[in-house]
Amino acid sequence: MLTSPTATVAAPPKPLLTIEPRSGWVPLNLAEIWQFRDLLMGLAGRDVRLRYRQTALGVSWVVLQPLIAAGLFTFIFGMLAGMPGKKGLPVFVLIYCGMLGYNVFANTLSKAGICLVGNAQLVSKVYFPRMVLPLSTALSTLLDFAVASVILIALMIVYHVHIGWGLLLMPALLAVILILALGVGLWASALTVSYRDVQYVLPVLLQFAMYASPAAYTLSWVNDTLRPKHPHLVAAYMLNPLASLLEAFRWSWLGTGDLHWGWLAYSFAFSVVAFVLGCVAFRRMERRFADVI
Amino acid sequence: MSSSQRAITVQNLSKAYRITHNAAKATTMAEALVHRLRKPFQRPTYETFLALDDLSLEINKGSVVGVIGRNGAGKSTFLKILSRITEPTSGRIDLYGRVGSLLEVGTGFHPELTGRENVYLNGQILGMRKREIDASFDAIVDFADVEKFLDTPVKRYSSGMYVRLAFAVAAHLSSEILVVDEVLAVGDAEFQKKCLGKMGDVARSGRTVLFVSHNMSAIGTLCTEAIVLHKGRMAFHGATAAAVSHYNEAGYSQQGSVWERETDRKAGALAVSAVAATLQGSQPNLILNLNVRLESREAHKPAFMAIDLLDSGGVTIMQAIPTLDRFINDAPRHHELEVDVELPPLIPGRYMASIWVGSHNSEVLDWVREIVGFEIENSPTPGRTYPHHPNHGYVVPPSRVRVLDASAAAPTTNPTRPVLQRAVI
Repeated sequence: MLTSPTATVAAPPKPLLTIEPRSGWVPLNLAEIWQFRDLLMGLAGRDVRLRYRQTALGVSWVVLQPLIAAGLFTFIFGMLAGMPGKKGLPVFVLIYCGMLGYNVFANTLSKAGICLVGNAQLVSKVYFPRMVLPLSTALSTLLDFAVASVILIALMIVYHVHIGWGLLLMPALLAVILILALGVGLWASALTVSYRDVQYVLPVLLQFAMYASPAAYTLSWVNDTLRPKHPHLVAAYMLNPLASLLEAFRWSWLGTGDLHWGWLAYSFAFSVVAFVLGCVAFRRMERRFADVI
Repeated sequence: MSSSQRAITVQNLSKAYRITHNAAKATTMAEALVHRLRKPFQRPTYETFLALDDLSLEINKGSVVGVIGRNGAGKSTFLKILSRITEPTSGRIDLYGRVGSLLEVGTGFHPELTGRENVYLNGQILGMRKREIDASFDAIVDFADVEKFLDTPVKRYSSGMYVRLAFAVAAHLSSEILVVDEVLAVGDAEFQKKCLGKMGDVARSGRTVLFVSHNMSAIGTLCTEAIVLHKGRMAFHGATAAAVSHYNEAGYSQQGSVWERETDRKAGALAVSAVAATLQGSQPNLILNLNVRLESREAHKPAFMAIDLLDSGGVTIMQAIPTLDRFINDAPRHHELEVDVELPPLIPGRYMASIWVGSHNSEVLDWVREIVGFEIENSPTPGRTYPHHPNHGYVVPPSRVRVLDASAAAPTTNPTRPVLQRAVI
């Protein structure tokens, strides 16, 4: 009945690929993601194109959104709460810079969280390394960051801020913020496949993270106000990995801030661990995506 | 490459789906938590459903293998495992070449992007590198015949152009093994012919093709061999003609007139749960009476029903969209509908019906294909003695002849086509 020859070849060639059920730990397989790097760029390009094409103001939203937010927080924290400026820099510049760093985290995390459900059709009809989807969100965030930082550079020129050596550290800080966002985002996106309410939890979490981090205010203000009376509260505050990351990010641009290398090292370690755990969790849950989504 | 080289080896492949009963089927964490708190000791009860059951086969390089089987036979699951979209539960597949799969035309096409952008994105999604797409870009555009609209968003394309472009990208995949699922179900006849031609080219170039279709004539033209799946098991593997006749004769395609859904896998918010078909009346005024039971599982938009009638080879020959008193709403969970389809004068033979429910022609809620069959025994033309053949079509329209000039010929009436009084179409 079978047409295939029954006689086996003396030395069967090695298969290019074997499909088998996997269990337990699944290796990360970075080589495969590298093979699909064009798709990574293509998906990021799609996100960017769609965002800029369908909006009336296009690219200006990327700039307007942090400008409006910084203006509002200048009113709240600078004018109402009385947060001081630093080194002759107005509060607005300090806050805009902090929001720039926070937005990298928030945009990556919120886009990564819904990327699997948003591309359910792709996930259930085509094979590609699933991790490409959340990773591509980081690329489109980077473009937004580049556009928004033009405004920061303009502000720095207006206020005569000299670019210091600290700026060399900025790419590394940016990378760590992205890694932290992706670590949480990978986990959140995989969980959203089974439980859709993750997408309602994320915005709440992000808002909490914004107020619990020195994005819209400075860390030195926290230290000056709280440390004398509540030293433990400040320590608890610093447990948030974004705290020292955002303050260091602001320092790298503007050359001012309470930099604590110990806490910064902690944040680096935290982010790397979060990323690794995120990848592991994603790979473990990945095999069910197509069946559940 | 010699033809005896392996392309694919499948060993004892099985895929089980767990169907969860009771409320354990939670889609939000709150639901899952509430259920856990209410009944902390209840184990969720599962029913295991084997979509593929111990499948083993070997496919040689350069063969074009048709995969045949009725709804739920495991064809799609098999292709999904082959294309690595889902994992098998047990068993293994060895692949001796890159796999390109086309389980749906235009996956990843975005309506707002232009044709050019979609070609690149779709190619990348299917696993092509950018320079591979660069190299075959002209050929793709040429095949799809859309040069003029390359920089137009595809949402402004006609559905024909859209499908042509989407198929063209996939047809230019350079993988050694190509997996294709029912893509010819879309597009017009001319385009289908073009696709079949392209797939023939792919096959002749020595690549291996796995091709799922309900269209037996496409399977017959394209495939060098075929497998028949039945309830997840291999029922037949051999020459195409033998497989097709096995499928037709062994009763896999011959549906009973009563159908009931076995599992609730794949079912959407509104699901067809049972169908019973009976033929009423006599030729040429036959009525296909369908008793359809539907179940609203979740909230859904008001829906309507369409009934496709197919020939025994799986080609849709007509569609009925019955007029509704009112749309099917999700308010009562269970619906029982009775549909009368007044059949045109059909030639004798076996026919099948598929039932579709949806809220819009692009929004499918459920589509159960080829689930009930019926057989017409008599000719629609009373007194006709010589047999009918599908080569001359399925419908025999009532026709009459009037003699206008009696001197040209002796007045005769066509003995095999007597005058009918009323058109039934």
